[in-house]
Amino acid sequence: MPPNSVRFKAERPPPRRSTIAVVGESILETLIRLAGMSAIIFVLAIFYFIFKEAFPIFGSEEFSLGEFLFSTQWYPTSETNVRYGIAALIVGTMCVSGLAVVVAVPFSLGSAIYISEFCGPMAKEALKIIIELLAAIPSVVWGFIGLTVTSALVMKYTGAQVGINVLNGGVILALMCVPIITSIAEDALKAVPDSYREAAMALGATRWQIVYKILLPAAKNGLLAAVLLGVGRAVGETMAVLMATGHAVQIPQGLPFGWILDSVRTLTANIASELGEAPTQSDHYRVLFLTGVLLFIITFMVNLTADLVVRGIRRKQ
Amino acid sequence: MSDQPQQFGIETEDLCLWYEKFQALIDVSVKVKDGLITSLIGPSGCGKTTLLRCFNRINERYGYVTSTGIIKLLGKNIYDDDVSLIELRKAVGMVFQRPNPLPISVYENIVFGLKIHTSRKDLNRVKLDEAVEQALTEVGMWNDLKDHLNRRAIDLQLEQQQKLCIARLLPLKPRIILMDEPCSALDVGGTSAIEELMYSLKDRYTILIVTHNMAQARRASDECIFMLLGELIEHSRTEELFLNPKDSRTADYIEGRYG
Repeated sequence: MPPNSVRFKAERPPPRRSTIAVVGESILETLIRLAGMSAIIFVLAIFYFIFKEAFPIFGSEEFSLGEFLFSTQWYPTSETNVRYGIAALIVGTMCVSGLAVVVAVPFSLGSAIYISEFCGPMAKEALKIIIELLAAIPSVVWGFIGLTVTSALVMKYTGAQVGINVLNGGVILALMCVPIITSIAEDALKAVPDSYREAAMALGATRWQIVYKILLPAAKNGLLAAVLLGVGRAVGETMAVLMATGHAVQIPQGLPFGWILDSVRTLTANIASELGEAPTQSDHYRVLFLTGVLLFIITFMVNLTADLVVRGIRRKQ
Repeated sequence: MSDQPQQFGIETEDLCLWYEKFQALIDVSVKVKDGLITSLIGPSGCGKTTLLRCFNRINERYGYVTSTGIIKLLGKNIYDDDVSLIELRKAVGMVFQRPNPLPISVYENIVFGLKIHTSRKDLNRVKLDEAVEQALTEVGMWNDLKDHLNRRAIDLQLEQQQKLCIARLLPLKPRIILMDEPCSALDVGGTSAIEELMYSLKDRYTILIVTHNMAQARRASDECIFMLLGELIEHSRTEELFLNPKDSRTADYIEGRYG
């Protein structure tokens, strides 16, 4: 009978919620939505700001984009002949971060494999904590180490005249990249289903065979993403390379290995050291901002690639 | 005739096993005959899978497992110093509950075992091709898959994946095949296909299968072992165990009073 159901409804009214709860929830919802959106807003705002500061340089007569990118002449404060060429700085960045990645990748992947596949549970916990600790050391402290400890070692063992050079900066930067690459690579290995390990083990594969025949291929995208994020870190790092690379604007000379004992300056270090002294709105100031735009683009591309690579794995699995 | 002397594929004596403090197997002594299908039944947590995983020592991958007692496969104690873990696992194949083909091609899955156990110079393409054809023929998939050998194995249907997991054991010429609920992820058709496959393989191998499905044990196995709370309760011919159980706990279980 229909009346029955009507009475049933009448007996159980919907629970009434207090006005505070209703209003409060909608306020909270708006707040967290804003918090979420803010990330996008900040990124766009930062990009807008550095681009706005840099853009007027294209109207300056002293400046040409070709010279900016391909000339090694960096004389921003010259009285008679101002030149803004950052080629040497680009090469410096590439040398230091390239060396850092080359040094860091084998160590990081090795330790990721060890942590995820070979060591016992106690050692695993200990290592993970220590590696996170390594990531927490401020970059200026790494700079100190580069300036004093490793540069002395570099001079002692290579016979270089100056200890603060590509090798020194690359090693310091490598030490800074290792924790990032290791922890992301370890996550990638951990994400490989355990059933693959058991399957291979039951067929009589040794642990090492499991690693290189199954795990590395299965985790390769994640490992690649780890390396790319390490590259992003290396390119963007400032303080430690500023202190550890010697800060000389020059393209390092001497193949195949001589170049690693030359001092260089990187894009980041150049901005950090000169921006404070460049008069606001001057050409020098704007060129430094343009360098920032370039860096932003480089790290953005690297991170985007890493992100796409990781998404690629998720879709496949 | 059941009283003829037969060689035993698997023998254990007073096998005990602990996961840290928890004892999962209690004095298990069993003799599994060669050339038959033997099923292991019992309620969840009774130690069936644990027992199965003792026979290729894959339990040991977890550091917290300890065991005592003797395990002999084909008359050889697997804890003897001259038995290598690698050789043991080569001789004892295992099929898992969820089909777990490796994330490589069908072809590479089947030759995976050969590749890791044979030195590179003894392998050539012809030999590998032959092994793949033979293994796939034996599991009845050669006609379906011969043109798809480069497909990723994890893209196959579940039933095909599980057959592939059996096929990849065969090139290593194992004597014993351990199956841990091999049909639990499969539908009715897949289950009967795997059972038929087991039946066609059984003469040449000792097959030990863990199953949750009593009907499967009844129709697909020659002998049956009933376990409860880590102990072996009863081991006899399958029809004997189902029609005329000696132990009241077995009778209660197969009648479905618990489990």
